[in-house]
Amino acid sequence: MACHSPSLSTMSSVATPAPTGETTRRRRRGTKLQRRQTRLAWLLLLPSLLIVAFVAIYPLGKTVYQSFTNQEFLAGITPTKWVGLDNYHQLLHDTIFRDSVVLTIKFTAITVTIEFALGLIIALVVNSKFKGRGVMRAIMLVPWAIPTVVAAKMWLWMLDDTFGVINDLALRLHLISHSQSWITVHPLAAVSAVDIWKTVPFVALLLLAGLQVIPEDLYEAAAVDGANALQQFWRITFPLLRPAILVVLIFRSLDALRVYDVFAVFFGNRLGAQSMAVVAQGTIVQDGHVGYGAALCVAIFLIISLFVVIYVTVVRVGDD
Amino acid sequence: MSRSVRLRRSPVGRVLTRLGFWLLIIAIGIYALFPFYWALRSSITPDTALFNTPVQYFPSHPTWAHFHDALSSSYFRRALLNSTLVAGAVTLLSLAVGSTAAYALGRFRFHGKSFVLYLMLSMTIFPQIAILGALYTMFSGFHIIGPIDFPKLYDSPWALVFSYMIFTLPFTIWVLTSFMRALPADLEEAAYVDGATPLQVFWKVLLPLIAPGLVTTGLLAFIAAWNEFLFAVSFIQSPSHYTVPVAIFSFTGTSGNAFQFPWGTVMAATIIVTLPLIAATLILQRRILAGLTAGAVKG
Repeated sequence: MACHSPSLSTMSSVATPAPTGETTRRRRRGTKLQRRQTRLAWLLLLPSLLIVAFVAIYPLGKTVYQSFTNQEFLAGITPTKWVGLDNYHQLLHDTIFRDSVVLTIKFTAITVTIEFALGLIIALVVNSKFKGRGVMRAIMLVPWAIPTVVAAKMWLWMLDDTFGVINDLALRLHLISHSQSWITVHPLAAVSAVDIWKTVPFVALLLLAGLQVIPEDLYEAAAVDGANALQQFWRITFPLLRPAILVVLIFRSLDALRVYDVFAVFFGNRLGAQSMAVVAQGTIVQDGHVGYGAALCVAIFLIISLFVVIYVTVVRVGDD
Repeated sequence: MSRSVRLRRSPVGRVLTRLGFWLLIIAIGIYALFPFYWALRSSITPDTALFNTPVQYFPSHPTWAHFHDALSSSYFRRALLNSTLVAGAVTLLSLAVGSTAAYALGRFRFHGKSFVLYLMLSMTIFPQIAILGALYTMFSGFHIIGPIDFPKLYDSPWALVFSYMIFTLPFTIWVLTSFMRALPADLEEAAYVDGATPLQVFWKVLLPLIAPGLVTTGLLAFIAAWNEFLFAVSFIQSPSHYTVPVAIFSFTGTSGNAFQFPWGTVMAATIIVTLPLIAATLILQRRILAGLTAGAVKG
């Protein structure tokens, strides 16, 4: 009866006492019970599996299929037919999409690097015991909780070229000599600022959770042995924080690569300032080119998967 | 503590590290909160001062006009209602469906369990954009099998309830399963001794015990659904079905002149939609943190 959960095997032995001595009969009863348990488990899982099948697995398969067709949203204008790799050929020469891939990867590199660095500093600061640490953590959760669209609107107004507070502050601090039109002149910096503001606290909180499971006595022992703060960080904090760091980097990169909201609010469909998701969404919803849009979606999916593979490989190599 | 042993030996050094530390804390606090202050300040500053230089940091004649403007816009009020309904339905549905799945995954042993768990885990990092086109065409209705058709959901809030399950359900299952697993077996056994069925055990014994987990995952699902934008802007067409992010995105306001974007009203609207989220986050911050770390770091 080893393969039963403790709860149900106890139920069988108490509620319906097993016949004594006969191991064969007992085993048969066991498998019967096990089968009943398995059936109940799958029954309980059924609604979830159905939903996942309909909302994720079927659409994913359909996307792949659509990417080999010339489907249009307004069917009837052009009848949908199989076009083989045509969409993918077109995609290779699509400069708009290529620009969006480059821009999105730049955005990912900038935001993930800065978010990680700032997040780590903030986590180390907030990790020390001080009065008001709870309040601090609550404050840090606030930017994470609000909709990205709302955060983007707030920043769009702060970055306004005439009445924006960023220009005013930068002028007062003599960082710039005249008002800048941030959105047009520095589009990447502007969107990155919003994403960093919204996500740094969240990154810090995740790293903080990792910091708090490192036992205090490790530092005490290191201090007794004469290790300074920097040595303690590189020899204790950093290695023990590695799992949390990896999770943060992977999750943030995946989020950054599929960025849509900030770019849509800041630039709409402005050429040269589109993320990969903006191009795909525009192709499918605004232009109605479902087939070609599906090919873009598959390409985005593959690019994101490639990043996951690279991360996992780097981690493996690092472990050896 | 022990990291700054040498500095702490001299009193001057100690004061300096303390000072630097608090300056850092204050800087972090200002960085996190300033955009909110600015939105609040802009929402109560009258237009004449708002669109004027030099920029006023404290409004000298605060006004509620922008709030009045935002709330008198019927389509913004509609959006608040739509978002509440959609996010509420998504939350209830993922909790109901997710908790039974978590019961199976957390308290039963059966073949294929780890497969289901990995499936759910991989779903949590699924990029939504990958299925946008497929969902878009699915929502114009299609034939499943026999007499069963997939309903036409395009431009209906149900399209959002359905599609939001892709990011709320796997996460809910993953976190609730860890809660279910952590429960001791004794209580369940006692219930079985009293002749309870597995479903009674689930409903009367286990569910009350994982109530904290339900609150946490429910809140996270609600926030995620409330904030979602890509699907909402793609699947909804009529302004009367807009959710809050879409309404804010395409806000033009009822008043204001033709030459100036109604920033005051938009900022008032952003304050209105963020206040409930901020309140919920502040009240339940411990729970949220526990849920986020369970979903990310330990997962």
